[in-house]
Amino acid sequence: MFGVLMITLLLTIALVGSNMDIILKQGIVYQVRAEITENPAIAESFTTVEEFDEFVQKQIDQRIETLGLDNPWYSPQRIGFTMYKILILDFGNATFLTSDSGSSNVGDILLEKIPRTVLLFTTATIIISIIGIFLGALAGSKVGSVIDRITSTFAVISSSFPVWWIGMLMIFLFAFTYHIFPARATPSILPTEPDYIFALLYHMALPLITIVMIGFGAWAYLVRNFMVGTLQEDFITAKKAIGISRKKIIYKHALKNAAPPIVTILALSLSGSLGGAIITEAVFDWPGMGRLYFEAISVMDLPIIIGATYVLTVLFLISILVADVLYGYFDPRVKTS
Amino acid sequence: MSSISAPEIRKEFVKSKVGLAGIGILAFLIILSAVSAITIPIDTFKQWNNPGSWILYPKTSVPIWINYFVSEKIPEHLILNNPVTITKDDTISLTSNQFGMQYHYDDFPSDFIYEFDVEYSGSHLLQISVIRPDQSEILLLSKTLPYSDTTVTHHERIFSTDNNIKKNVQIYLSEMGLYRQNMSSEDMIFANMDGKVLKGDYLFLVNIYGTNEKVSVIDSKLIIGGKAYGMMGTDELRRDLIVGLLWGTPLALFIGIAVAVGSVISGLIYGVYSGFKGKKTDEVMMRFNDVIYALPALPFLIILAVTISNSIFLLVGFLMIFGWVGIAKVSRSMALQIKTRQYVEASQMMGQKNSKIVFKHMIPQLLPYAFASIAISVPAAITTEAGLSFLGLGDPTFPTWGQILHDANTYGAAARGLWWWIAPPGIMIAITGLAFVFIGNALDAIINPKLKK
Repeated sequence: MFGVLMITLLLTIALVGSNMDIILKQGIVYQVRAEITENPAIAESFTTVEEFDEFVQKQIDQRIETLGLDNPWYSPQRIGFTMYKILILDFGNATFLTSDSGSSNVGDILLEKIPRTVLLFTTATIIISIIGIFLGALAGSKVGSVIDRITSTFAVISSSFPVWWIGMLMIFLFAFTYHIFPARATPSILPTEPDYIFALLYHMALPLITIVMIGFGAWAYLVRNFMVGTLQEDFITAKKAIGISRKKIIYKHALKNAAPPIVTILALSLSGSLGGAIITEAVFDWPGMGRLYFEAISVMDLPIIIGATYVLTVLFLISILVADVLYGYFDPRVKTS
Repeated sequence: MSSISAPEIRKEFVKSKVGLAGIGILAFLIILSAVSAITIPIDTFKQWNNPGSWILYPKTSVPIWINYFVSEKIPEHLILNNPVTITKDDTISLTSNQFGMQYHYDDFPSDFIYEFDVEYSGSHLLQISVIRPDQSEILLLSKTLPYSDTTVTHHERIFSTDNNIKKNVQIYLSEMGLYRQNMSSEDMIFANMDGKVLKGDYLFLVNIYGTNEKVSVIDSKLIIGGKAYGMMGTDELRRDLIVGLLWGTPLALFIGIAVAVGSVISGLIYGVYSGFKGKKTDEVMMRFNDVIYALPALPFLIILAVTISNSIFLLVGFLMIFGWVGIAKVSRSMALQIKTRQYVEASQMMGQKNSKIVFKHMIPQLLPYAFASIAISVPAAITTEAGLSFLGLGDPTFPTWGQILHDANTYGAAARGLWWWIAPPGIMIAITGLAFVFIGNALDAIINPKLKK
């Protein structure tokens, strides 16, 4: 588990490292030149152009050395140092982006964005799974009925639409044609105001509806398939024979038996949706991790990219772990092995 | 996962309505790709991101078929490039290009442009006039082409905003007793006495007069600017969206199928080999599998696209990196079952090579599963590519549906109500996805008969 995390980090650093070095070095050159033009006395104290150029070059080299940029990004010291800092959760300072409160500490920025992403996607996942489980159980218990067919059709159709495209259509319909919801999901008032939480919830409505609309069909279909499998098993037939009511069989016995795979997929889909958040948040302009990640990529803000990838991977791994534990809880047979 | 023979699958598949629907849509998409490859010249799509090549097209215009549904007919954008050419050789030679057209819309055109290339020597006079449905003739412009001793090619665009045109039309109207100071020249030309649109047949005449020197008109186009164009309308950058939509089809099919086939085949071989070898090899291979599995795919795809390259072919490779993992896991567990079958053990004892056992005895058993997985993983590949393009990380040399949507989002199409820019690409993505989901589901139902009942 830990190894996976480290490999992920290494890959991220490897991919963005070389570009970042170039950007940083250019930044230093620019900075040195700016300082010299601001202070004409430095330029006047030199007699020849060569001497002056040499001085400028020395200044640049000196700064590159202090920042440790003279070693290439793949040198063991630099990678080791970066990894160590990340492990103690010190992500350093962002190069370009800041948090809403103005802090450029990556930790602060991430702490500000994570709750929003978690709020949006956890709420969506909970709603999706509740609708999905009940609809799926209903459809699975009456295979071939109208409701089963509608669920299956809806599942297949909705799963082939990209969420962000539906998002665009929803914005077009409900924000600009009917003016029910705001188009941008970023609230216009400051986070410090007391009404902020309500503004945030109001702005959350449109992305939430969109995610739920696209998500629950596939869920219901999944639950339905597990239910169909479970309902064919012998113990269900036996229970039917004893005369236990149909409702009780479906919601108590069958659903419980179909639970392990469902829970596993629930945990995985939650973390999977966090990755997908990048595009969804970009469409709705939701001020969470996804949008932060996208902004960081577009300006190559290395500390944020590394930090966000780290957090995403950690969340993903945690959910895999939770899924494993839950699986063991629901299906005790796994524990013995 | 019982062994079903190929003919059985085919027989079952033909029975499945959903599967046939999927095949039907897929066939339609393939025909569409073929049609677009044949009818649309290749350089049109290469010019997709070159604004210069779309200059003759209107900006954000609706599809023309809208006119069937609305009572107020929206003026179509007309590009007339096949004039009737009449030449007369007298003491004064005359080359006349005549553009006839029917105007039956309820709104004025937004502008008109006359673009021409002409090869001549000496001095020539260019005259543009229009004959209106009420048989009145208005002289729009008369100007001399620059004098030249040698033969030159002259290219020029004459716009309706030209002040001389406006003056000429105003003079004509004032002779008729009408004063229209605040109307643009195209509105005055197409207006009747009450200032409404005069519907009917218009004839634009472009006459080039010269004294016995040769004149040859190479290219001559009259563009009547409208607000409706093409099957699918145009976007903010004046691009004809039907071109993008049609060319997106083969691209999406290519991306989807290449990624799905690549990742399923590599996952299958990886998983079966791992399961077959067992022990240490299996352990190591599965750990590696877990590592890839735990990587957050989309963030990594974004980083890869930004740092390495956004070429469409590399993108296919990147998508494969994350596509094979799940397949490998499932096919490993299937391989573990097949391994214990007697014929595998027998061939092992006979001393057959490992690679032969894997490819000849084990993988064929998993082929039905592989086909179903290929079909099921195509939509994911297409939507992921579209998603990356939507974020602006697509290959700029190929117009994909995701890029059309990216541009739509950049220019605020949703806010401006440009539905024909947003809806069709997404619908195409969904239709393509549906075709493969249908096929995949039908195959899945045949392989896992439990789900069918």
